Amino acid sequence: MLNGRIANALTPAVGALAFIILWWFVTWLRWIDPVLLPSPQASARAIWEGFVGGNLLKDFLITIRRTLLAFGIAVAVCVPLGLVLGSSVRLYRSLEFVIDFFRSTPASALFPLFLVILGVGESTKIAVAAFGAGLLILFNTAYGVMNARKTRQAAARVMGASPMRVMMGVTLLESLPQTFVGMRSGVSFSLVIVIVAEMFIGSTDGLGQRVINAQMIFNMPEMYATIFGAGVLGYGLNLVFIVIERRFIHWGGK
Amino acid sequence: MNAPQDVAVGSPRRPAPGTHITIRGLTKSFAGQPLYSGFDLDIPKGQITSIFGPNGCGKSTMINMVAGLLPMDGGEALFDGKTLSDTVIGYVFQNYRDALFPWKRAIDNIKYPLRIAGKTKGECDARADELVKSFDIRFDLNRYPYELSGGQQQLVSIMRSLAVHPEVLFLDEPFSALDYEMTLFMRDKLQDIFEATKTTMILVSHDLDEAVYLADQVLMLTRRPTRIAEVVRFDAARPRRPETLTSDAFIRAKAQCLEVFQREVRAREAAA
Repeated sequence: MLNGRIANALTPAVGALAFIILWWFVTWLRWIDPVLLPSPQASARAIWEGFVGGNLLKDFLITIRRTLLAFGIAVAVCVPLGLVLGSSVRLYRSLEFVIDFFRSTPASALFPLFLVILGVGESTKIAVAAFGAGLLILFNTAYGVMNARKTRQAAARVMGASPMRVMMGVTLLESLPQTFVGMRSGVSFSLVIVIVAEMFIGSTDGLGQRVINAQMIFNMPEMYATIFGAGVLGYGLNLVFIVIERRFIHWGGK
Repeated sequence: MNAPQDVAVGSPRRPAPGTHITIRGLTKSFAGQPLYSGFDLDIPKGQITSIFGPNGCGKSTMINMVAGLLPMDGGEALFDGKTLSDTVIGYVFQNYRDALFPWKRAIDNIKYPLRIAGKTKGECDARADELVKSFDIRFDLNRYPYELSGGQQQLVSIMRSLAVHPEVLFLDEPFSALDYEMTLFMRDKLQDIFEATKTTMILVSHDLDEAVYLADQVLMLTRRPTRIAEVVRFDAARPRRPETLTSDAFIRAKAQCLEVFQREVRAREAAA
């Protein structure tokens, strides 16, 4: 009984543990040059030092700030827009191709365009990330609205709710589960774009720039530490969204 | 553009005494196929009218048009001479799962139409308490709809439809998604409500037993284009109980409905 519970609690950790043991084993046997793949201990030390004393924490926070800013702009613009587009099927159909086209265009290909418009700086990174994330949020919200069950809207209408009230009180909530799918992919997407932007378009800070710098000066523990930092960030953002989703959209899938 | 004109020009039939809802010149077609054309109907006040007919004859379509959920192509429906916007109605959907708001607790679902009507919080609470008492609710209304059983959910949606004291209650196959035991219970519950409030009710049912059991009159419809085949009265005393189902009067009324139904189905098959 107790054993079963402990086993259940430990099951999710098995994969991670196996991964670290394998890593340690490989470096211990020197199968891979330790310059290319430092040991788990050395990497852990680099993470610890980076977060406590070094600049890793600073870069970490800068990347979070950019990602959330881009995401915030995307949500603020594209959720209302998605609601409007979704409530008129004809309007959405007329714009569907444009939305799908730009959604399918790799956002990284748009960097040069945004560089020309906004110049090398903070705004370009955030704008490209917001653009890509925004399209994901936009079409998910619009689909959420279009696929909302009509019965609930009818029920509200028959009870005398005004069109605005049906929109805000029923359609919006009805589309939320799908909107959240868009927001969750949107936040991951804006992290990807921000990291890439930090690597290649004239950045002096952020996790992306840190990874590239560490690689150029062959500081491998530092590079792995930063990659893990980025991984923690991506995983953490996803986790936060799942928690928010479970709390706020308790009815999802029911 | 001609349809409404025709109704006005021709002599509109005067409603029979005791009529609550007058439907005149109702016209509706789907994909060029006429479903209703110039359909007239009087629905009596303070009675339960069941609507029964072959599949696809537009039973639900008719009540949806009268309740304002579907636009009519032509014609009108008046409630004691008033338009729909001046009338308080209640509507119970077949699929309670899709009709209740899952983001609101059951009790807040019930209060929703009161909030729409601009009632204060105190008034909402008072009316909700009243409903809970009169329905003798034993389960926790602070739960969310998806935490309740099917029967409980449909009970909540009936309470919601009654919260505003509707003048007319529309029920679109309200019990068809429930198990038999729950269906029997809900029929009796609906009858109790009817006896207590004498609200005009319009019930669409695909179960002839149910249609007759609950009704003062059963409206038998034809295949499309839909007309009234016959109106069958059923005057058995209320409250009706399961024994009613085996009474002579019930069996006679049901046999008559069945005869009309079969005649209608066969007439069309012969014509086709």
